[in-house]
Amino acid sequence: MAEKAAEEAGTGKAPKPVHPAIELRGISKSFGPVKANRNIDLRVERGTIHGIIGENGAGKSTLMSILYGFYHADSGDILIGGKPVRITGSQEAIALGIGMVHQHFMLVHNFSVLENIILGAEGGNVLNSARTRARSELERLEREYDMHVDPDAIIEELPVGLQQRVEILKALYRGAEILILDEPTGVLTPAEADHLFRILEQLREQGKTIILITHKLREIMAITDNVSVMRRGEIVATRKTAETNVEQLAELMVGRRVLLRVDKGKASPGETKLSVQGLTVADSRRVTMVDAVTFDVRAGEIVGIAGVAGNGQSELLEAIAGIRRAKQGKVLLDGRPIGVTGPGDPAAMRDRGLAHVPEDRHHMGLVLPFEENENSILGYHTKQQYLNGPLLDIDAIRNDAKAKIEQYDIRPPDCRLKTANFSGGNQQKIVLAREMERDPSVLLIGQPTRGVDVGAIEFIHKRIIEMRDAGKAILLVSVELDEIRSLADRILVMFAGRIVGERTPEASEGELGLLMAGIQDGEGRTGGRAA
Amino acid sequence: MNHPLPKWVDYGLIPLLNLVTAFLVAGLVVLIVGENPFEAAYLLVRGAFGYGGGIGYTLFYATNFIFTGLSVAVAIHCGLFNIGSEGQAYVGGIGVAAACLALDHYVPWFVTLPFAIAGAAIAGAAWALIPAWLQAKRGSHVVITTIMFNFIASALMIYLLVEVLKPAGSMSPETRTFVEGGRIPKLDWLFELFGSSLGGAPFNWTFFLALLCCYLVWLLIWRTRLGYEIRTTGTNPTAAVYAGIPQVRTIVIAMLISGALAGMMAINPVMGDQARLQESFPAGAGFVGIAVSLMGRNHPVGIIFAAILFGMLWQGGAELAFDMPNISRDMIVVIQGLVILFAGALEHMYRPALSAIFFMRQSSGAPASAGQANTGEA
Repeated sequence: MAEKAAEEAGTGKAPKPVHPAIELRGISKSFGPVKANRNIDLRVERGTIHGIIGENGAGKSTLMSILYGFYHADSGDILIGGKPVRITGSQEAIALGIGMVHQHFMLVHNFSVLENIILGAEGGNVLNSARTRARSELERLEREYDMHVDPDAIIEELPVGLQQRVEILKALYRGAEILILDEPTGVLTPAEADHLFRILEQLREQGKTIILITHKLREIMAITDNVSVMRRGEIVATRKTAETNVEQLAELMVGRRVLLRVDKGKASPGETKLSVQGLTVADSRRVTMVDAVTFDVRAGEIVGIAGVAGNGQSELLEAIAGIRRAKQGKVLLDGRPIGVTGPGDPAAMRDRGLAHVPEDRHHMGLVLPFEENENSILGYHTKQQYLNGPLLDIDAIRNDAKAKIEQYDIRPPDCRLKTANFSGGNQQKIVLAREMERDPSVLLIGQPTRGVDVGAIEFIHKRIIEMRDAGKAILLVSVELDEIRSLADRILVMFAGRIVGERTPEASEGELGLLMAGIQDGEGRTGGRAA
Repeated sequence: MNHPLPKWVDYGLIPLLNLVTAFLVAGLVVLIVGENPFEAAYLLVRGAFGYGGGIGYTLFYATNFIFTGLSVAVAIHCGLFNIGSEGQAYVGGIGVAAACLALDHYVPWFVTLPFAIAGAAIAGAAWALIPAWLQAKRGSHVVITTIMFNFIASALMIYLLVEVLKPAGSMSPETRTFVEGGRIPKLDWLFELFGSSLGGAPFNWTFFLALLCCYLVWLLIWRTRLGYEIRTTGTNPTAAVYAGIPQVRTIVIAMLISGALAGMMAINPVMGDQARLQESFPAGAGFVGIAVSLMGRNHPVGIIFAAILFGMLWQGGAELAFDMPNISRDMIVVIQGLVILFAGALEHMYRPALSAIFFMRQSSGAPASAGQANTGEA
């Protein structure tokens, strides 16, 4: 099947004039009052990489779910290769040659690569023949696309980049002609992302059609042939990538001009506010997650911690905030030690002027079923200003929440609304307003813009810089390297629980990327500060 | 996808539909037994509300269920499923009996009552303490431990009644009968105001104590710092840790309050009705409390209504069994069980359908505002 399509499409990039690989006509989908997709027209030419970009909640995922048969469109037609089709389930989508690589991989962790590949395509009750067939087919695919994976490796032992490759192979094994990738680079190092793009280019050469869903403008520019911009459930523009630029796309996404570059002056660091010395933290399985980490954060500077997710950044933040118990090491706040190795006391940390914007606002930073005003006092609910004897001072709490809503432009401006009903960006603003308005001396910020739309990102970045200029010591953890580079005054790179290097924000992305991947640069600098 | 429903649907229509379903299925059961379901329904409602004494009994049972319902609700707000209200109420009886036995000869009932309340609350809370501690400190699941403690309570009470509290020479496992100072007066006058008569029904002042507790629980859960901490712990434990809310303390306190409320249920039958501590006096009220709390959405106002509903089933059911020979006492339990099944366990059965119907109507009406558009995709 794969060869047949390749023949049809030829090997060049040039789209054939005949039929586009996918054509959507007037697709609409509502969830109750919410129009997730409105009258979507989309043509994806065969043998091209088509980017779909948009803010969170713009309807990208809904559209792809319709294409993959998870949802059924309220109206509109889907044409695959010029033929109208009805897709009511993923099995049909697969039969039509559509493969999907999900943001969160759909792999069985303790199965081997081969077992995952044949999962759902076993072709009978006895596995042996399927396995033999899959093995030879897999070898052919690997040769064809230059994507090597050991078929007998267990999934959980593979790095994330290779797991993703298994997902792609899984789709190709099922004869996918059209590959949909949903935010594929979120979990990858820059080097892994580059490798992925090379694979995608290879697939395009072979005549496959690829839809790339992302919110990263740079990726769109780097790899796609065409790009469609979604906003509020509609496709607002489709452009040839070569004929557009980052600024234009950002403006189309948000609907107004956005400042992509963070405007910031030089830092003027003061005395040391936060000093971390030889901090070692183990997780519940007693695996060392943070390994003898040492660094300082001074007043009026932003120290950024770069690294691929899962290299100990979360544990580091939680240990400093008093949420997670450290195994050993010292943390000094304003020169006075805080008992990080004892039972943590986040309330005492707050009293000492340490504010913490947690990485995961849904799990930690907010209680989603609570009213907005109830979340705006979380962690500060013991403060006298919110209490009236043993009772909560409801008026004081609500007025305080209203003031923050206005100041941070939280929408909708309703402090009685359930927090779950705010968008990601507004939820993050609730957390930021709560933590920043306490006038802390040290601010820990984890993933400030994860799942936050472009418009809100601009606002959040500005506030962080303002906090710095007001003389706060800020420790910033983010998996978005761009964010770290544009905000931080110094960058520490974390890999496997250790700080493997310190760089200035001017360091090239390649250099930082190598450090993030744990590749020693041979200059004897790596691991220096961690020792 | 689940949409939030307007409050009147959530708190009014859904419970009503569940109830109607329960009665329809119960009606089928009555039909199978060979009786007329409409007549059975009529007899049930008449038995519960048709005359002064019936109403008195309905409210008397409802009083029990309010206490146990509140007990279950407070624990649920802390994310704990306290199945031990039955045992806690049973042990709470010791506190009531101790106060009455010690004071009834010397002081009037309203002096005894505060001691009885304190005794019941302390005894009930004490019975919840060990499961609470095991849950908070050791992670032993409170469902398991409280079930176990119901059995232990049962054995303990039988031992105490037979070996310790039974007056010499008596044959029945119960304390002596309290005199005037250990009896809460009935509310005959209230019924006489309306030209009705309480008859022999034991409806008494404890009902107002139960209503007061409803208010206090509302105040605790939604208006105090402790209630805030309880709800945060119950809804998102990780956020509670982040907020610096002490987990062990919050869990233990919530369970103690839950146990105390269950214990206070003992006042109603022990001091308000029988004037003595008897074997198995809670008679399942602790378990009914689970259904009451679920059906009342863990909110005191909902709990009052749900408690009256179950009071009606208890009282009307007894009359029905009496009036219709084919419907035995066990059949009544089946009907009560059906209500618990549909109102409690299957309370979300109609939600997806209603959600769809309601929003189909709405989306064809007014266009969605930007705010709503955000909520749907978040």
